[in-house]
Amino acid sequence: MESLPSADKAGAALYRHYLRRKRLAVAVTAAVVVAACLLSLMAGSSDLSLGDLLLALVGRGTRQTSAVVWNVRAPRLFAAVAVGASLALSGCVMQNVLRNPLASASTLGVSQGASFGAAVAIVCFGGGTQINAGGASAALSITNPALVTTCAFLGGIATTAVILLLSRLRGASPSAMVLAGVALSSMFTGGVTLVQYFADDVMVATVVYWTFGSLGRAGWGEIGLIAALCFLAFLFFLRRCWDYNALEGGSHTAKSLGVPVNFLIPASMAICALLASVSVAFVGCISFIGLIAPHIMRRFVGNDYRFLLPCSALCGAALLLLSDVVCRVLVPPVVLPIGALTSFLGAPLFLYLLMKRRGFS
Amino acid sequence: MIEVENLSYAYGKTAVLSDVSFSAGDGECVAILGNNGVGKSTLVTCVNRIRTPSSGTICIDGEDAFALSRLELAKRVAYVAQKNEMSRVTVFDCVLLGRKPYFGWTAGDEDLERCADMIRRTGLSHLQLRSLDTLSGGELQKAMLARALVQEPRVLLLDEPTSSLDPSSQYGMMELVRQITKERGLTSLIVLHDLNLALRFCDRFLFLREGRAFCCGGPEVVTGETIESVYGIPARVAELDGRRVAVIG
Repeated sequence: MESLPSADKAGAALYRHYLRRKRLAVAVTAAVVVAACLLSLMAGSSDLSLGDLLLALVGRGTRQTSAVVWNVRAPRLFAAVAVGASLALSGCVMQNVLRNPLASASTLGVSQGASFGAAVAIVCFGGGTQINAGGASAALSITNPALVTTCAFLGGIATTAVILLLSRLRGASPSAMVLAGVALSSMFTGGVTLVQYFADDVMVATVVYWTFGSLGRAGWGEIGLIAALCFLAFLFFLRRCWDYNALEGGSHTAKSLGVPVNFLIPASMAICALLASVSVAFVGCISFIGLIAPHIMRRFVGNDYRFLLPCSALCGAALLLLSDVVCRVLVPPVVLPIGALTSFLGAPLFLYLLMKRRGFS
Repeated sequence: MIEVENLSYAYGKTAVLSDVSFSAGDGECVAILGNNGVGKSTLVTCVNRIRTPSSGTICIDGEDAFALSRLELAKRVAYVAQKNEMSRVTVFDCVLLGRKPYFGWTAGDEDLERCADMIRRTGLSHLQLRSLDTLSGGELQKAMLARALVQEPRVLLLDEPTSSLDPSSQYGMMELVRQITKERGLTSLIVLHDLNLALRFCDRFLFLREGRAFCCGGPEVVTGETIESVYGIPARVAELDGRRVAVIG
């Protein structure tokens, strides 16, 4: 290699310093998640001190403390982290491959498609719930999670397939794809209503409650599945982070840099649909996390997917953890539906981000 | 060097390029000229297989471009698009993308230093950590050119590299392209609309008309008759201070 002037070594050193700042941003976001985890563990009807919590976490707490932490609060916490990270990752990658800042599982109709699939499974295929004694919300349980999840996934992937087909075959513009997503959302929402119309009261209550979203619904097995999928998808996305960076310059530029665009876009969309659909299947519709988490982090780390992917996943986890805390502490002992709260708080936050954006474009 | 033979391309059933053949040697800048919609951009995007031609062959330094993997092709052919999307990444990040065909998970020291070298040569050192979406049109074009050049290509494809630039930036950009083309012995294919920029900076000229190569050759092919036949407007080519200039109308 020819010797390069010292100015180039200095330029490279400056860039390495800049990268260290980006890594610091990832570390700070991770610290926020840890803080949100502790807050989530502490929030609840049983007054537990931080010391009690930490003892219980390392297996040295009292039986009661351990039971509260490991049976009640920890599953919610892990569900929030896994689902928040899944939705944010899927939104982040969808926004990239569709070249559309509005893309996310909820705005492109993937969540609604998954909801429709789940509603069909609950009402038509007997994957529904049994109502036991007590309040309706306490008695809900999916009797056939595999069926509901499969149907939810198929609903989500069908939406994705239609959007992909539109973009590939008809050369749909980004705005046309969002409009297609709006149309599909509307169609699936109508579909859920139709399914409910022919169901009995109990089934209707079940479907309605199911679509509210609840982090308490997922057991350790489901959480493990979501977390494993999220981790594998994260590895795939991170391995391809330079490809996503190249796609930011448009598909022609990406192809010229050796990116297998024709494989990457459908593969990424399918993985995003899988992540979003499985999350929706287990915890119900949770909107806006997938849309706003990547946008929040773009303000700090830009569009460099080496950093944006981990930061978005962490931000999604933190947002869902904090939303869950708000749900639990706002009107105790009632736990508000998480999906409603993320939409309620997410929309103003999104508007704020939109206004702050350079050029408002 | 690049040799293109009988290249054809069609959008559906509409033929855009028909049997285009030309060749260019090392260190040559080739201007691709013709009216809007005649297939100039399609031609350059066929060369690096962004579009797949329906027939024809492309050889780069004697190698069949269609036999190469996309990654191998990216090490031989670099491309700067007509319109560049401005993402919120720094100039250095953008230029580093050009090294992507060469590294796996992450860029090494050599990659970073080659980028710093090219950023310096394109006069962007003071902007290297600035976001692309804050750059002027000229600065953005230079960043894109730097990204293409760190790919260390044998063939450089530039689709209207001067379209959004003021006259001073146009000359600066073309001078830089010409200089690097000569220095590295590249072959640069440049889609241009400005005949005088082409005459000033290019060695060979490929005129396209109705999807076919109307003529290809050195400065001698740029005549009033050629321009009139290709663009459909009266023109003449005259000598001014020892330089050939095209006068339209």
